[in-house]
Amino acid sequence: MRAGVLVFPGSNCDRDLAVALERATGARPALIWHKETSLPEGLDLVAIPGGFSFGDHLRCGAIAARSPVMRAVVDFAAAGGHVLGICNGFQILIEAGLLPGALMRNAGLKFVCRRVPLRVETTESAFTRRYHQGERVEFPVAHHDGNYVAGPELRAALEGEGRIAFRYLDNPNGSAGDIAGVLSRNRRILGLMPHPERAVDPAIGGTDGARLFSGLVEALGSETLERA
Amino acid sequence: MGARMKARVEVTLKAGVLDPQGEAIRHALGSLGFDGVEDVRVGKVIELELEMQDRNKARAELERMCEKLLANTVIEDYRVEFL
Repeated sequence: MRAGVLVFPGSNCDRDLAVALERATGARPALIWHKETSLPEGLDLVAIPGGFSFGDHLRCGAIAARSPVMRAVVDFAAAGGHVLGICNGFQILIEAGLLPGALMRNAGLKFVCRRVPLRVETTESAFTRRYHQGERVEFPVAHHDGNYVAGPELRAALEGEGRIAFRYLDNPNGSAGDIAGVLSRNRRILGLMPHPERAVDPAIGGTDGARLFSGLVEALGSETLERA
Repeated sequence: MGARMKARVEVTLKAGVLDPQGEAIRHALGSLGFDGVEDVRVGKVIELELEMQDRNKARAELERMCEKLLANTVIEDYRVEFL
């Protein structure tokens, strides 16, 4: 699996995400600056890191979503590419129209920074295939605007299509339906507020996030071989 | 010489979308003794200067700006006015 990590002014989880991907793939992912108009050849995964891209001006992720590299990511996704957006990356994916709903200020108005328990709601994706349905995992969250907004229709669609990937067991931000992460209709785009890349080393609090990355390698590694 | 016109875009949360910031302000107003504040909604005002002559064209252009960037139409409404 060849992975690339986008870097915007204000990204601050890009290095952690690159380390998590490198541990899973054995190769250093490409770091891709936001002004690039195309992605490196042969990429299997685009990962969009957390942070405060463009200072969160206008709305979190709004400016980054209109950057040149995101036009290339929209094309990549339309061609069936896998895209992972974590925290600010999730906000960017929503602002770019690649995932539905909206992310608003946390209901408690406070920046929430702690480890939260989650339930894995579906194993039917390259991101979640190595977890068990209903499994409890712990990832850290660190955000001010993670309150997922979805009307009744969207929520019913997400439920019906099994596109809720993770749910909070103890909702930290007011998200509708305790939704922590959602999949696109083709199940190849995942956006989530919690940080799996901060849970890949026992020395810094757990390894529950590691299987998200090894699952991607398992799924996309083989896909690359089939294509070759 | 193109004429310069000023426009103001107001971006507000759609009815029915919970506004946690508005709620916090309502509580603070209450604690300052301002009674009877039933609801507070927080929005944004964006002022733009445009090098354009035709107001109708400018309005159409501003609406496109709102749809593409200035507002998140999933949760926000916008209103364009000229100053």
